[in-house]
Amino acid sequence: MATPMLRWCCPGRRWIFAGIGGGSRHGRGVPTGSTSSGKRGQSSVAQQPLITAQKPRKGEREWAAVVGLEIHAQIASNSKLFSGSQVDFAAPPNSLVSFFDASLPGTLPVLNRRCVEAAVMTGLALDCHINRKSLFDRKHYFYADLPAGYQITQQRLPIAVNGSLAYSVCVGQRWSQMVTRTVGVKQIQLEQDSGKSLHDNLRSQTLIDLNRAGVGLLEVVLEPDMSCGEEAAAAIRELQLILQALGTSQANMAEGQLRVDANISVHHPGEPLGVRTEVKNLNSARFLAKAIDYEIQRQISELENGGKILNETRSFDYKLGCTVPMRDKEGKQDYRFMPEPNLPPLLLYDSGSLPTGADPQQVIDIDQLREQLPELPRVTREKLVRQYGMRPEHSFALLNEVGLLEFFQNVMKETRAEPKKVTSWVLNTFLGFLKQQNLAVSESPVTPSALAELLDLLDRKAISSSAAKQVFEELWRSKGKTPAQMVAEKQLELMQDAEALELLCRSTLETHPQVVTDVKKGNPRAINKLIGLVRRATLGRADPTVIKEVLERQLSS
Amino acid sequence: MLGRTLREVSAALKQGQVTPTELCQRCLSLIKKTKFLNAYITVSEEVALKQAEESEKRYKKGLSLGDLDGIPVAVKDNFSTAGIETTCASNMLKGYVPPYNATVVQKLLDQGALLMGKTNLDEFAMGSGSTDGIFGPVKNPWSYSKQYREKRKQKSHGENEDSDWLITGGSSGGSAAAVSAFTCFAALGSDTGGSTRNPAAHCGVVGLKPSYGLVSRHGLIPLVNSMDVPGTLTRCVDDAATVLGILAGHDPKDSTTIQDPVKPFTLPSLTDVSKLCIGIPKEYLTPALSSEVRSLWSKAANLFESEGAKVIEVSLPHTSYSIVCYHVLCTSEVASNMARFDGLEYGHRCDTDVSTEAMYAATRREGFNDVKL
Repeated sequence: MATPMLRWCCPGRRWIFAGIGGGSRHGRGVPTGSTSSGKRGQSSVAQQPLITAQKPRKGEREWAAVVGLEIHAQIASNSKLFSGSQVDFAAPPNSLVSFFDASLPGTLPVLNRRCVEAAVMTGLALDCHINRKSLFDRKHYFYADLPAGYQITQQRLPIAVNGSLAYSVCVGQRWSQMVTRTVGVKQIQLEQDSGKSLHDNLRSQTLIDLNRAGVGLLEVVLEPDMSCGEEAAAAIRELQLILQALGTSQANMAEGQLRVDANISVHHPGEPLGVRTEVKNLNSARFLAKAIDYEIQRQISELENGGKILNETRSFDYKLGCTVPMRDKEGKQDYRFMPEPNLPPLLLYDSGSLPTGADPQQVIDIDQLREQLPELPRVTREKLVRQYGMRPEHSFALLNEVGLLEFFQNVMKETRAEPKKVTSWVLNTFLGFLKQQNLAVSESPVTPSALAELLDLLDRKAISSSAAKQVFEELWRSKGKTPAQMVAEKQLELMQDAEALELLCRSTLETHPQVVTDVKKGNPRAINKLIGLVRRATLGRADPTVIKEVLERQLSS
Repeated sequence: MLGRTLREVSAALKQGQVTPTELCQRCLSLIKKTKFLNAYITVSEEVALKQAEESEKRYKKGLSLGDLDGIPVAVKDNFSTAGIETTCASNMLKGYVPPYNATVVQKLLDQGALLMGKTNLDEFAMGSGSTDGIFGPVKNPWSYSKQYREKRKQKSHGENEDSDWLITGGSSGGSAAAVSAFTCFAALGSDTGGSTRNPAAHCGVVGLKPSYGLVSRHGLIPLVNSMDVPGTLTRCVDDAATVLGILAGHDPKDSTTIQDPVKPFTLPSLTDVSKLCIGIPKEYLTPALSSEVRSLWSKAANLFESEGAKVIEVSLPHTSYSIVCYHVLCTSEVASNMARFDGLEYGHRCDTDVSTEAMYAATRREGFNDVKL
């Protein structure tokens, strides 16, 4: 399924106060109250609020929103975080449950190396400080999908801290106005996933599937540096791309591999931060921004009507399109954190501190992992811009769809057409067809070779661009024929005979004296009629631009 | 034969003086005779006889697995034994049959030991008397010794004999009693705050608590993860060394075991103690110490000194804090470790199905007992 395109950010949201262009107040920078500790991250553009709001009505004060995110990403590993059972999304219920996952008494956790590597790689990609020593803790609460009555997590000393995530949002009306923002990464920690509960209200029972219990999660905590749903969505999107590029998580929200909770509060600029609510169950990329914006608006409305915001947990109801309080999360939970006594501290090394004679299977070398990091999306995009002179927003679009970049690069390999042309065809025509039929790139009936061949024909001016579009549509519908074959069959070749064209034009002019008069009178649309006539005469095989050229020359002589 | 040490019996087996099956049957019959001790919760007769049969085959071929081949042993009922009920002397796990063996149990079985049964304990190993399990208390075999019977006769005024018995100490009382009563040659206990050593002292056998990290806890149903250690109960010190040699070593399934390789060992026979320096911690000479224990302690110290060892006073200054720390750590970890007992996946589950919370509450109320620390 095609992913949503980047939308332009926060249109007309009244809570964003004036900055660029508006000028009524001097920008104070990001309206977050700067609660984040540590580095703030330097963006290429000074942190300025987004678009100009409508000027506040008389008597009304402006609002600023603060959004922080907690993201849980399922680690792409063969087995679970502390046990050897497999990780698989679609297996039959309770078929991937080891004794440890079922919390059988006497079983003990054994740390999965791949999960630690995934955490380190993600930390490195997000510019975090990797803690050479990190600890595991137990977080206790009773719930049917938590067999042991506690979750093993890293509360005191997580594996990575103090990083940053750069993402881009569109400002203004036009696509080309993109700015880079950064959000601080507070920490990354390893923890266990819980099982799944399925509530069967009809039979008043709850069914528990423990396949997911114990799967490794990376919890990424983003500082409250964001101010609206779009920023949050953009940050999440970039994180998804990074995780996918690293291979540390497939980060597919629909399959529950990426889950987001948002912490949201509002306040008047210059005043202390407001009470925050936690919005859980944001598991859809499409509704993420909507849900956050709804909650911001809800809080503003509540406060403006003299109400109070409760420090509560809410969930997003997709059907109703609003946030609702979650019943069983009322009141503060005491998780009774305790060190996990069955796991010694996790020690990581770098090339300088590796103990001599250490078994390579038993130690992790951060430097080695750093060297092996795959190319990050940001770098890939920069390369595209440099190599092809591509516009930045196009590089974003190419990376935004699974397999699209590879498709583009394969076309580029086989065609002589200009990168700009290829980009345009891939992002507009090709992607357009995919979206229309809700297909993934991998399901495309048109291969990169076919498109390359078609673009070559166009480049050689063997066919017109409208003919090319026709062929493309045909390629999409039926397989087996190459573009060249289709062009030949439908006789779409551009007329190459210049003399024949001259004759046709002249004869058209002669048979339509009235139109000629119109043109000479200065009617701008008359020429199009002539062009159309000639085109019909050529059975669409002449390039309209060339026709126009010839006609104009003949008319002026 | 049953009164011999493990090593003596092992030698006898190797020499063919007795067969594993004979040994097994004699132990089983003694277990039946000493049922009143209540040392065993489960007697795994069929399993033991089958193992004896296989051991016998090995001995006939001259291919014994080692010192433990064909030796009857018992295991405390908080160690997971595959296919054999493991209850921890609690209603919560009554009827629970684990699908796997604890590492230490597996090691014993791999050496050819015969599993006679699962021994009684304080519920979930919480206690120091072996009196608080749901299967009733374990009686110290010494309650039926000549000395004690005479003492009782003098005191009794027609009192019911049945009610006058001595405790085994705990929580591994069943294991201690089993060894002490000659129904097996070695038994596994567990030790958190003395639960192997205490009953060993009460029952007149050797109880060893290995250093934390030396022996795997995989399969030991935990009380306090950061203190539990599987312990051994044997009739002499050399036997303890034999069993420890088999049990010790790194276990990949237990991340708290040390990585260093461990090999079985025999204790050197100690004839010259002149190079030994023995410390007597002064903080343990408390007024509350009973005079009998105090005099035994002095006797031992004097014995070493008279044979040429150096006996000095040492200080363990944090002793006074130890009990307080123990209680804080113990209660926290116990609460944490007991959180998994909700009846959902295994063990006792109540009949209520109104809601998850109600089910949890009722299950745990019914399954757990009162805790006496």
